[in-house]
Amino acid sequence: MPTKSKSLKPKVAVFKFASCDGCQLSLLDAEDELLDVAGAIDIAFFPEASRRMLKGPYDIGIVEGSITTPHDVEHIREIRKSCAVLITIGACATAGGIQALRNWKDIKNYVHIVYASPEYISTLDRSLPVGSFVHVDFELRGCPINKYQLIEVINAFLNKRKPNIHAYSVCMDCKLKGNECVMVARGIPCLGPVTQSGCGAICPSFDRGCYGCFGPMESPNTQALAAQYKEVGESELDIKLAFRTFNAYADAFRKESEAHEH
Amino acid sequence: MDKTYRLETEDLERLLQLLQGEGYETIGPTLGNGTIVYDKITTAKDLPKGWTDEEEPASYRISNNGGERMFGYTLAPQSWKRFLYPPLRELFSIRRNGKSFETLRTDSEEKKFAFIGVRPCELSAVLIQDKVFTAGEYRDDDYLSRRRNAFIVAVNCANAGANCFCLSMNTGPKAGEGFDIALTEVVNDGGHYFVAEAGTDKGATLLERTGGIAASERERGEAEEVVERTASQITKSLDTRGLQEILAENQESPHWDDVAKRCLTCGNCTMVCPTCFCAAVEDSTDLSGKTASRTRRWDSCFTLDFARVSGGNFRITPKSRYRQWLTHKLSSWVEQFGIFGCVGCGRCITWCPVGIDITAEVSAIKGERVKQEKGA
Repeated sequence: MPTKSKSLKPKVAVFKFASCDGCQLSLLDAEDELLDVAGAIDIAFFPEASRRMLKGPYDIGIVEGSITTPHDVEHIREIRKSCAVLITIGACATAGGIQALRNWKDIKNYVHIVYASPEYISTLDRSLPVGSFVHVDFELRGCPINKYQLIEVINAFLNKRKPNIHAYSVCMDCKLKGNECVMVARGIPCLGPVTQSGCGAICPSFDRGCYGCFGPMESPNTQALAAQYKEVGESELDIKLAFRTFNAYADAFRKESEAHEH
Repeated sequence: MDKTYRLETEDLERLLQLLQGEGYETIGPTLGNGTIVYDKITTAKDLPKGWTDEEEPASYRISNNGGERMFGYTLAPQSWKRFLYPPLRELFSIRRNGKSFETLRTDSEEKKFAFIGVRPCELSAVLIQDKVFTAGEYRDDDYLSRRRNAFIVAVNCANAGANCFCLSMNTGPKAGEGFDIALTEVVNDGGHYFVAEAGTDKGATLLERTGGIAASERERGEAEEVVERTASQITKSLDTRGLQEILAENQESPHWDDVAKRCLTCGNCTMVCPTCFCAAVEDSTDLSGKTASRTRRWDSCFTLDFARVSGGNFRITPKSRYRQWLTHKLSSWVEQFGIFGCVGCGRCITWCPVGIDITAEVSAIKGERVKQEKGA
């Protein structure tokens, strides 16, 4: 693996674009593991956590947030140049986030309604994932991400192994846990079969259908699931809205929601 | 051993206490969160008295009919596989020791399960997994130890679900072999009792100690009626004649594309299947890299990683993954183990979120073949 910095511990930087900060906070939220993590890596740039801001190059860049302005585009390109490995975290950075809901509307109208002086606003017409602009080495899904998955990715990097992050469905996690399927046993609509695992199947574990926070799984058959949504009594609008949340602009979810837009 | 006993409902409680007294963890059906689940039970009061389940493709609903039956449901969502072959298990760990390292084998947990309420089809599935894990070259010692220690109380079926097709697979609704004790629950005007058959000496001894009395001919007859009535309720079927060859010869049937349009590739069918045995092994480390461990986790032939090898993936399409699963169950399994890998429990139909029905898919593939032959 290429290393750009000279210190013994890998130099890590955490960057933020359009996002709520929840994902980068999960690193600080990893209370039991935080000291170990801090011992294994050199946190060189993490404005949310520390005033210490070392210049690049960095061994690992962790990026949260979506790209929404021309300035963002320039900035992410600079970041890419300064990081040997670039990891994006969360639905914003990997799919454009909840703010990608604006991608279906004319942004100019919003700018005029919201801002007193719209002439100062410079924005792209869509909110897009980091991967639309630069090469990303690893995408960690979730809204928010699972802190244990983030530690696993860092851990795998440190030990030069493949991270144990699965792209299969949430159903796999439900069955491993022994959850009783909410859709089959209760008729509750659930995005689990088309959503990537990683959250630990939280919602189905508490009698709720999956909301798709981790985005499309590796081979999502959204069309077949949408047909089943109708079987359990969901309307076209329900189906459109189910696919249009935190990962609305992820390809498979975007196409499915558009198929139910009349 | 061909002796049959009549047990009163109170005797069942005594049977449980005797098993627990011998150090068994008693696992049986109990009311879960919207389903009947197999879980730890301590008394007969934990059994789902009066509860039944209605199963349809992609649907499972329970209701209480106020009846007396303790085993009036059809099946729990997951089989006994969970206990004999747990979903996650650490296999070994490695500790760095200066410049060398030591390997520490993770010991099998000494588990002594008594399974109460194993359905005949499920029992057949256990016997199939026995072949997979204990008969061949690659023996699974953890499975073997759990299996050797297990005590099986089968309960013959008094209720057939709409997805049951055990008659076609010759696995039910009456247990043939592999049990320590087989019970048939009889509820009629004459009362509520069990007819118990011992399948092993151990089972016979326990039945003696439970206090059962020899079953009369009439009682044995009433028990037979229960399973006959269940058999007559079974509507689903799978024609197994020549099936192994038919599937092997129809790898390119256009019907595989049809089912692939509906298949979610979510893996539910394989996870609930009582014979599916595939697992992945994963390596993990601590942050410092001083220790590493290898874990076995249930996997599914529907996941993409399953067929990912150096240089690519040999089952990219959902079509190839569904075909792999179905043809393994009903064709190549026979080559491998000498029997079908399907016991007709119908779980893959019930728990498929879109209700894909293995029996209907097989019929369709056969139909396509006939159509093509006629067209040719």
